[in-house]
Amino acid sequence: MTTPILPAKVRVSKKACAVNPLKMSQPIGGAYAFLGLRGAMPLLHGSQGCTSFGLTLFVRHFKENVPMQTTAMSEVATVLGGYENVEQAIINIFNRQKPEIIGIVSTGVTETKGDDVDGYIKLAREKYPQLANYPLVYVSTPDFKDAFQDGWEKTVAKMVEVLVEKPSNAARRDPSRINVLPGCHLTPGDIEELRTILEDFGLEPSFLPDIGTSLDGHIPEDFSPTTIGGIGVEEIATMGQAGWTIAIGAQMRRAAEAMENKTGVPSRVFERLCGLEPNDELMMFLSEVTGRPVPIKYRRQRGQLADAMLDAHFWLGGRKLAIGAEPDLLYDIASFLHGVGTDITAAVTTTQSPVLERLPTEEVLIGDLEDLETFSRERGCDLLITHAHGRQMAERLNVPFYRCGFPIFDRLGPGHQLSIGYRGSRDLVFDIANLLIEDHEKNRQPNPETWRHGFDSLKGARPASGISH
Amino acid sequence: MSSLSNTIQQVFNEPGCAKNANKSEAERKKGCTKQLQPGGAAGGCAFDGAKIALQPLTDVAHLVHGPIACEGNSWDNRPAKSSGSSVWRTGFTTDINETDVVFGGEKRLFKSIKEIIEKYDPPAIFVYQTCVPAMIGDDINAVCKAAREKFGKPVIPINSPGFVGPKNLGNKLAGEAILEHVIGTEEPEYTTPYDINIIGEYNLSGELWQVKPLLDELGIRVLACISGDGRYKDVASSHRAKAAMMVCSKAMINIARKMEEKYDIPFFEGSFYGIQDSSDSLRELARLLIEKGAPAELMDRTEAVIAREEARAWAAIEPYKKRLTGKKALLITGGVKSWSVVAALQEAGMEMVGTSVKKSTKEDKERIKELMGQDAHMIDDMAPREMYKMLKDAKADIMLSGGKSQFVALKAGVPWLDINQERNHAYMGYVGMVKLVHEIEKALYNPLWSQLRKPAPWDDATKSWQAKAIAQIEAEAAALAADPVAAEAARRSKKICNCKGVDLGTIEDAIKAHSLTTVEGVREHTNASGGCGSCSIRIEEIFEAMQIVPEPVPQMIAAE
Repeated sequence: MTTPILPAKVRVSKKACAVNPLKMSQPIGGAYAFLGLRGAMPLLHGSQGCTSFGLTLFVRHFKENVPMQTTAMSEVATVLGGYENVEQAIINIFNRQKPEIIGIVSTGVTETKGDDVDGYIKLAREKYPQLANYPLVYVSTPDFKDAFQDGWEKTVAKMVEVLVEKPSNAARRDPSRINVLPGCHLTPGDIEELRTILEDFGLEPSFLPDIGTSLDGHIPEDFSPTTIGGIGVEEIATMGQAGWTIAIGAQMRRAAEAMENKTGVPSRVFERLCGLEPNDELMMFLSEVTGRPVPIKYRRQRGQLADAMLDAHFWLGGRKLAIGAEPDLLYDIASFLHGVGTDITAAVTTTQSPVLERLPTEEVLIGDLEDLETFSRERGCDLLITHAHGRQMAERLNVPFYRCGFPIFDRLGPGHQLSIGYRGSRDLVFDIANLLIEDHEKNRQPNPETWRHGFDSLKGARPASGISH
Repeated sequence: MSSLSNTIQQVFNEPGCAKNANKSEAERKKGCTKQLQPGGAAGGCAFDGAKIALQPLTDVAHLVHGPIACEGNSWDNRPAKSSGSSVWRTGFTTDINETDVVFGGEKRLFKSIKEIIEKYDPPAIFVYQTCVPAMIGDDINAVCKAAREKFGKPVIPINSPGFVGPKNLGNKLAGEAILEHVIGTEEPEYTTPYDINIIGEYNLSGELWQVKPLLDELGIRVLACISGDGRYKDVASSHRAKAAMMVCSKAMINIARKMEEKYDIPFFEGSFYGIQDSSDSLRELARLLIEKGAPAELMDRTEAVIAREEARAWAAIEPYKKRLTGKKALLITGGVKSWSVVAALQEAGMEMVGTSVKKSTKEDKERIKELMGQDAHMIDDMAPREMYKMLKDAKADIMLSGGKSQFVALKAGVPWLDINQERNHAYMGYVGMVKLVHEIEKALYNPLWSQLRKPAPWDDATKSWQAKAIAQIEAEAAALAADPVAAEAARRSKKICNCKGVDLGTIEDAIKAHSLTTVEGVREHTNASGGCGSCSIRIEEIFEAMQIVPEPVPQMIAAE
């Protein structure tokens, strides 16, 4: 394409009051990352409410019991400092639930106080010999800053720093091993899809973190007070022996660099994995590094995706999309839909990211769902994509609504919703197009009055915005 | 923060609560809430409790002053229903950032209030304080006052930041805020001799509307419901009601009692769960209204409605008897402490297991109420393995409970029904009871369960988690049987008082050492029953087991 891509303007909302928030907090993004480690107990350092709300969100979304604890900071403790709370929490959890690792994130309360949790951990290790070499990872995630995605990626970067071992000079790199650093927008279903793709190339992937085996909703072998799956600490330690690291989503760049700096394992960031081109890129990369041809299965799947896009473009072409999602998810899905002719008419997100200005649209707002609703109304959007909180808005606007992202608490199986790979992209485009078909059947059937007013009946039909990709 | 601590102390001094009145001064100051251990599972915080209590007020804008977590992670998560406005479901938050934390968030709060009024024009705004702004000293009372004066609208501060305590405390602090700032500030358009308030009912899944048609039929007007399907103006005018019903949860007792004191609105504690309870509550409402001047014929009409509805309910349940007779239900309930749910299910032919339940006297009724409530506490602390064994031992055909316990039942392939407050079905009143029976029958006979209980063809049945769990527990039991010292230690270590963490051994020792004969005495020496007090029944049982005749717990003159 020779037409230049105009950078989208990235604006921050100037409202004092957020209405119908799109954003969720950093601490639970961090806790979410810890849920991808085997035998883990995420521990939030703050009031019990922070943990309780986070727990409820995950339980509602995954319909599974999820391990999460609190240091139960009281008002007094926030004044005096939370050392005792942190120490007690660690020891209680260590004794009772016996996790393989405890992951600790801070919250607004403890950041405002300025608790030096790394210092507390050091003291606790000295005081209790059984903790001396016990895996404890602490991440600073104040909730008055940044968003869910940021908490996740910071935590993964910290995991790399603390848990991955620097390979000794003598250690040989194992080219059949590959590290994967997935962004938080990949569902457990996406992780499993990616695992299959990598294994089909003869690779042994280590996912950090691996929510594909801990939050996939399988009924486990035995009762466990900690995560029932996920990547083990001993496997993480050896990730420095892999041939390559791939990171999914721009958010994971920091973690990928941390891995490369610590271990020398070269890394590659795939900002997108939804649609034809991003998957072509992945396929060619894997083919190159493994020396194997792309398996027949994926060549066929590519054809299936192309076919699905053809079928769907009749419905998605010219559609005016209103999308509210975190930056990497937004970038991936919206770009894919733009590629079948959808106009990105309104885009709202939660936090800053370098990908935002590359979105094929005029403007991206860091704001809330009220903003999205206002834009939708003003600009005549006729397709809504966001997480489950968009449901009130979808009803008011009477537009087809595709639930995507986190949380999705009012439908079943969001953990298995796919959006990556040829197959995931194919299923995604079918699901969205089918929503539009259903909407057309229910709400947009013609009757003798539809074109009574001749050309005035065509009000609202305008040429596409003209932004090319 | 001193006025907040005063409010909290006031809340802890509640003559309307029998348990509270039983406490010593020092104990009362500490509050009735379980001490949360760091590293212990988290219940909701005080902010959560306050918001739950008030958010169902449908036309109020509920504005949360704090960082994104408090509102952003939790909004629109309860199925309360509204017959009118949807403003209550809108998430409003100041979403404070780092700059606000450093320089203070009051300006942002004021501007937020302004924006809400300009865009949504609600009859009132409630401002919820959270931990971080409380820590940095944001004075929401002052901001609310300034906003009230500037915009001429009620802007009410709800001072219940999360870290002051658990959900329960938050419920009460919300109540205090309503009492101080809302109730009595407006007048109803008209009053009738049949005006009542319903306190502590949230209209989850529309359950209030299962009962309202009967009240409408009797001409009993719900002047205000705090807070299910509530309207701000109604709550503000609620001081003109003639009588009040406090729905079975001690959460809002402060509202009920203070309104009785200040506005002479007699109240009773009742529920609409179960057929008997529904009838009792209708009767009591009529009685109180007649006491306050309603015509005596109201009672005749009420009895007629009761007779009719009871007959209909039993008739509707009759066809299920065949399918339910002999089926065993394990009933574990925290929120719905209703003897009459048990009674109705028994009438339908079911057998309750886990609690030795028989039709009986009022005393037994109280006893079972307490036991079931306690069981809920114990469930919280119980390891899943133990819960599974209990389920298996009870040979329950279905488990009725809420919350975390569902995962054990479902994993075990045992039919499970949600009777927690967050459920999606409404089970209130006579129709609600029939619905519950219907749902139980549906769950029991779903062919799914037998499929789930069969192991995968490649799994060794003797190595299944079920077999392992049982084997483990039996091994532990055998080890104890072989070792009487360890067995005795295990017996003595059984937790009797969950709030204060007092075990059986400590209590027995204290009883022997000081020749105790009263629960009071046990409390003095061991602190047991010094928290929520619900273990007093268990302490009485200890006395019985030791063959000591305990002196009865003095009956308090709480509204019953």
